[in-house]
Amino acid sequence: MAAAVAGRGPGCGPGDSPEGPEAEAPERRRKAHGMLKLYYGLSEVEAAGRPAGPDPLDPTDLNGAHFDPEVYLDKLRRECPLAQLMDSETDMVRQIRALDSDMQTLVYENYNKFISATDTIRKMKNDFRKMEDEMDRLATNMAVITDFSARISTTLQDRHKRITKLAGVHALLRKLQFLFELPSRLTKCVELGAYGQAVRYQGRARAVLQQYQHLPSFRAIQDDCQVITARLAQQLRQRFREGGSGAPEQAECVELLLALGEPAEELCEEFLAHGRARLEEELRSLEAELGPSPPAPDVLEFTDRGGSGFVGGLCQVAAAYQELFAAQGPAGAEKLAAFARELGSRYFALVERRLAQEQGGSDNSLLVRALDRFHRRLRAPGALLAAAGLAEAATEIVERVARERLGQHLQGLQSAFLGCLTDVRQALAAPRVAGKEGPGLAELLANVASSTLSHIKASLASVHLFTAKEVSFSNKPYFRGEFCSQGVRESLIVGFIRSMCQTAQNFCESPGEKGGATPPALLLLLSRLCLDYETATISYILTLTDEQFLVQDQSPVTPVSTLCAEARETARRLLTHYVKLQGLVISQMLRKSVETRDWLSTLEPRNVRAVMKRVVEDTTAIDVQVGLLYEEGVRKAQSSDSSKRTFSVYSSSRQQGRYAPSYTPSAPMDTNLLSNIQKLFSERIDVFSPVEFNKVSVLTGIIKISLKTLLECVRLRTFGRFGLQQVQVDCHFLQLYLWRFVADEELVHLLLDEVVASAALRCPDPVPMEPSVVEVICERG
Amino acid sequence: MEDDAPVIYGLEFQIHVIDFDDENNIINKNVLLHQAGEIWHISASPADKGVLATCYNKTADGKVVTCAAVWRMPAELEPGGHESPEDAASPAHALELLCHLGPAAHGSTACVAWEPAGDGKRVISLADNHILLWDLQESSSQAVLASSASLEGKGQLKFTTGRWSPHHNCTQVATANDTAVRGWDTRTMSQIYCIESAHGQLVRDLDFNPNKQYYLASCGDDCRVKFWDTRNVTEPVKTLEEHSHWVWGVRYNHSHDQLVLTGSSDSRVILSNMVSISSEPFGHLVDDDDLSEQEERSQEPPQDSVIATYEEHEDSVYAVDWSSADPWLFASLSYDGRLVINRVPRALKYHILL
Repeated sequence: MAAAVAGRGPGCGPGDSPEGPEAEAPERRRKAHGMLKLYYGLSEVEAAGRPAGPDPLDPTDLNGAHFDPEVYLDKLRRECPLAQLMDSETDMVRQIRALDSDMQTLVYENYNKFISATDTIRKMKNDFRKMEDEMDRLATNMAVITDFSARISTTLQDRHKRITKLAGVHALLRKLQFLFELPSRLTKCVELGAYGQAVRYQGRARAVLQQYQHLPSFRAIQDDCQVITARLAQQLRQRFREGGSGAPEQAECVELLLALGEPAEELCEEFLAHGRARLEEELRSLEAELGPSPPAPDVLEFTDRGGSGFVGGLCQVAAAYQELFAAQGPAGAEKLAAFARELGSRYFALVERRLAQEQGGSDNSLLVRALDRFHRRLRAPGALLAAAGLAEAATEIVERVARERLGQHLQGLQSAFLGCLTDVRQALAAPRVAGKEGPGLAELLANVASSTLSHIKASLASVHLFTAKEVSFSNKPYFRGEFCSQGVRESLIVGFIRSMCQTAQNFCESPGEKGGATPPALLLLLSRLCLDYETATISYILTLTDEQFLVQDQSPVTPVSTLCAEARETARRLLTHYVKLQGLVISQMLRKSVETRDWLSTLEPRNVRAVMKRVVEDTTAIDVQVGLLYEEGVRKAQSSDSSKRTFSVYSSSRQQGRYAPSYTPSAPMDTNLLSNIQKLFSERIDVFSPVEFNKVSVLTGIIKISLKTLLECVRLRTFGRFGLQQVQVDCHFLQLYLWRFVADEELVHLLLDEVVASAALRCPDPVPMEPSVVEVICERG
Repeated sequence: MEDDAPVIYGLEFQIHVIDFDDENNIINKNVLLHQAGEIWHISASPADKGVLATCYNKTADGKVVTCAAVWRMPAELEPGGHESPEDAASPAHALELLCHLGPAAHGSTACVAWEPAGDGKRVISLADNHILLWDLQESSSQAVLASSASLEGKGQLKFTTGRWSPHHNCTQVATANDTAVRGWDTRTMSQIYCIESAHGQLVRDLDFNPNKQYYLASCGDDCRVKFWDTRNVTEPVKTLEEHSHWVWGVRYNHSHDQLVLTGSSDSRVILSNMVSISSEPFGHLVDDDDLSEQEERSQEPPQDSVIATYEEHEDSVYAVDWSSADPWLFASLSYDGRLVINRVPRALKYHILL
């Protein structure tokens, strides 16, 4: 039994592999137990406190600490049947055997290892003892070496000090030698013209000499040097003043002089004075080119010369100045800025004078290129001399020139338009003499429109050069924004369209409407032109402008609709004026014919009066003229045979009803009543009313004016019987021919009725002519 | 209120004296026969209510001649002599002829104008191209030609109308011929000023501003009404273009000269408020609106405006005039014989008065 216990011990200790499955089982069991314990409320600590097995104190547990073989055996004997006892005995024996053999293997296996470990430890002990001795020896050697080294350095220290001192003396001596040689060297340098070298030498020596000047020998050297330096300075100044050798050399001179300790203030003044002299020379030559006597070079050449000569010079001066007198600080910079400002403004004045000469010219590309050069050249000094504001001033000049250019283009457009109109007038005047008028009215219109449009396009194109990408000033805010929107779009294009409308409208207000100097055809043409502008051209031009000049400016611009409305208004006024004018021409004819005739003693009418035929002819001519430019327009529906129908209405029923009763003085009210009732149902006729843009409306307007005049004139006369009849014939004739021109033929009937009725009222002996006779006369005439 | 309205009915020519009773809004009409002929122009004497002058057509030998004569109304018909309605309905009375203004040798008389502030003794008549100044003597029974002048020039010049200026001690007369307006001095019968082509077409009527001595209104066939300062005849002071046909008459209100009345053959009568050139320059803006709004706007500078357009007429309006008794009343006469009496809008009236 004891063997069983002993065998168990090592088996549990290192946890060997054969124990594996058995060790796992209790693990699992413990887990299950843990769950149960949790269920019954037992704490983990308690559970841990107990090893596996129901009771650690159980003496029957084979593996327990309190195992009591007696108790166990007793228990077995009491509880188990024989067979089981036998089984457990064999089992026990088998287990004991297995445990014994296991123990034996373990002992064998580990024995060798123990032996070799003991050997190794013994060997190490020996080795360490040897090493210790060697270390001790090393320490003593090192101590000896240290000692030696200390002794050597103490012996050498003294000598080292002396060597250092000697080296110092040597250097000093060399310096002294340089000093003693200095005067001769300087003289030589000056003689050879190696001023730079001389100045460098002088600079090197100066401080030393200054320091030791109380020593007589040094003093002598210093004096010599000063003399030579003075001479050097003199020569340098001489060279500087002679000045012909150009800015870089001058700058060198000044640099050397500065190094020689000449007063910077004075040098700076002198330098600027020199620069000024040279730049003024440039300016003078530029001015000479401006002069009237020599043929002025073109503006590009001028700005080129100005750019390379003056601006280049200014750049050099400025650059050199900044390099040389950087130490002068803000005061120096201010001086330079003032210098640049002054000369710059003179240069600008010259450029502006030259550009002013260019104003008359037409070559925009040359001008733009010249301005570009001008502006581009000035950007460099602008960067150098931000304070002088040259670039800003240059931009301003460019802007001003651009603005003036715009103004010129506007003027050019206006005068071109006026020129077109003069051409049209001449063209209109010429064929009128020959015969039939205005065969080319539509062509003339097309000519005017196309030439105006091409002028506008040309202006746009040439103005567009100002904003070309490669032009240096095109990215300035003015040219990106205001120039495009306010300049080109508003003042040039919109301004031109407005002025065109204005020019056209001025024709409406020609003083003394009597005939007027304006040929009516021109009015008609202008009206159509304005109308075309309203419908298409304005929006086309503005779109074109907006596309070419990508307007980014936010400032308000005139909308297309406003311009269109203006153009439409102009067209309307022109057309209305045309109607008035033509109406007046016919009116005058009618009026003269009524006023000059003696209506009381006239003979019985045989013919339509010639003036009526003339009226019809003129109206037909106007109809043709208007038809060339304006569409037909809408009429009220007509019967197939208008003249016939109206004739009957007019001469029988209505006329009869009107003045038949009025002969009898007994019923004077009837006339008024009838006419008033009639008028109640007819609309009031606005004689000088606005016209629409079509032929019928125009003709209606003209005929209205003419007939109303006829009516008023008739009312001022007294008619004899035949006078009345003549009026009747004339009116019928007009009726026959005029209805076709008007929008509402009823209008013509109404007015002509009115004329005849008025004539009848103005007649002491109103006997109307037979309608059939009237008809016959009219057809014959 | 009195108005004389010539109307032609057949061969019988009448003068209607129309009494307008403002309080009761009643119109009385008295008919006077004018047997001499068709009347073309009529003007009442400023001194004697019963005396009037007419220009009338006389047909002789197949020719029409316009003569002028001075007439007296029957005493009982004089305005103010209250007439019973029965009498008004009674057969027409005849006018009593006082005198003829000369023989017709000078041509057709277009217009007769009385001296405005005078004693009814001096009359100007315009006959063709002559301007004739008459002295009426012996209680107007005799007209003596005091002086005359004539217009010379190429073509056949003919006066169309004339007005006697109430200013300058009544020594100035303005006449119109064709498109020109001329001023005459009655003392020397010489031309003072001439507005050549005052209108684009024929000048139809003239009127003097009753309060501003150099201001003259004219109207004509170019549909315009123009206001002139006779000291500067090159430019009109103001031009109105409200009518759509010939303007036949223009009249300043007798007391408030910003009110200008025009009548035209477009059958309209237009009452305008010409504040900017009136003698009351700080007069008032006028609308038909209520007063409160006007008060708000009265701070604005004066603006000329059309006060009202009267469209009662169906045919051309040939004459307009203000009442000489009530400054807020006016009448207009059209071709069809319709006489329309209108009042200035009440709001405007109060605005001007207050």
